[in-house]
Amino acid sequence: MYVAVKGGERAIDNAHAWLAEERRGDTGVAELSLAQIREQMSLAVNRVMAEGSLYDPDLAALAIKQSRGDLIEAIFLIRAYRTTLPRFGYSEAVDTGVMACDRRISATFKDAPGGQVLGPTFDYTHRLLDFKLAADGETPEAPAAEPRMEVTPHITEFLQGEDIIEREPSSEAVPGDLTREPMSCPAGRAVRLQSLSRGDEGFILGMAYSTQRGYARNHAFVGELRIGKVPVEMEIPELGFAIEIGEVELTECETVNQFKGSKTVPPQFTRGYGLVFGQSERKSIAMALVDRALRWEELGEDNLGAAAQDEEFVLSHSDNIQATGFLEHIKLPHYVDFQSELELVRKLRREAQELAEEMAAREAAE
Amino acid sequence: MKTEISAPARKAWMSLLAQADEADLSRLWQAFDHNPDFNWLRPPEAGGVMVRGRMGGSGAPFNLGEMTVTRCALTLTDGTVGHAYVQGRSKPKAEIAAKVDALMQTEAAQDLRQAVLDPLQQVQQAQKKARAAKAAATKVEFFTMVRGED
Repeated sequence: MYVAVKGGERAIDNAHAWLAEERRGDTGVAELSLAQIREQMSLAVNRVMAEGSLYDPDLAALAIKQSRGDLIEAIFLIRAYRTTLPRFGYSEAVDTGVMACDRRISATFKDAPGGQVLGPTFDYTHRLLDFKLAADGETPEAPAAEPRMEVTPHITEFLQGEDIIEREPSSEAVPGDLTREPMSCPAGRAVRLQSLSRGDEGFILGMAYSTQRGYARNHAFVGELRIGKVPVEMEIPELGFAIEIGEVELTECETVNQFKGSKTVPPQFTRGYGLVFGQSERKSIAMALVDRALRWEELGEDNLGAAAQDEEFVLSHSDNIQATGFLEHIKLPHYVDFQSELELVRKLRREAQELAEEMAAREAAE
Repeated sequence: MKTEISAPARKAWMSLLAQADEADLSRLWQAFDHNPDFNWLRPPEAGGVMVRGRMGGSGAPFNLGEMTVTRCALTLTDGTVGHAYVQGRSKPKAEIAAKVDALMQTEAAQDLRQAVLDPLQQVQQAQKKARAAKAAATKVEFFTMVRGED
């Protein structure tokens, strides 16, 4: 039986009006501008761009304002918006080798050409609350030094010279796109990387941490972590050549992992890869660890039954919009579903009661 | 009148315009004070481009995520066609970029380069250099402490 119920409209309208008021908060306090969010909450903006899978800092700032700082809600808004955009095409693959590095560190080579450049990092801060920020204050200009304008080489290039690390096979194969066709497993590494890059930071972090704690451990070193801007080129059909259509800030992590060898191949380091929009260091490192764990089969490793090795498990649960959509729908009205369950339980209880009474009567008669 | 232009030159100015700060571009364009008559071939529309990366930085390509881009195309009254593909969702920015692209193919090119493109390039280079200088100041200079007699 289907029963249409009306009557929620006024309550919904009023709830949304109150939401708008609560979002604004105390009107005695100055309203946040999008530029303030973009400039001063930039790592939140970066996360919304990475997991919303759309690079546009102004839109991400708007989504954060609209969602009252609920980043998953903000990511949801961005994902919904991006489905309305016509797709102009695919870029050429970005060259992270020409990145203008704000930060570039290696945990494996102290004297890497280009040096260890810390950039604007939280590392080595004392994690003590800074009450100076609670008061208004001018920030002094950061020190400058002679800029290095030449490109910074990737550290894995030096290892490749010795063949001591696996080579990434060069290929121009057209990668699958999970925004165009639904994902199916086995997904292949290209779709896995796309999925991990837009996956929930907390989930990817948890999966990566599980590998470090021993569930498919792969002994990762951060061979290199770099953050900075790279130009994006696209072939323009009307022109017949490629132009730069903009630039994006990326965080790239290359891990150097435990070696494997075989009867024919001498032992060699293996690799994991993380690439994420914005300054997203934790996510990028986590992505590289999970990428490496998911490569067990192609590297001839054993399936240890670890969650981080299970492509279907990782990819099906990493998307926080899918997850929250399914999770949160259970709070919406399920009156009719519940009514049928209620009637079923009542019927079962009634039957149990009747059976018990029947048994009692039989015992009394005996 | 149209002049012959090379693809690399056109790529360079279109790339510069794509990444230009809208406020800078708009200010320089207003100051150039030369708004040509034109017809739209394709009015400005915002869309998405899927950005690709490579596995391990050098291997097979994969789809990383999209970025917003606005494009348009127009013709000047002499038939010169201007195109724009610029980062972000600003239609006014795309319109100026397409007009600059068109005028760069005419005799106005020299003046336009001096009035708009050169200053834009200087701003961009100065910003890049300023960031690189701050990064350079955070480079670790290792030194070894020698302890003991020998």
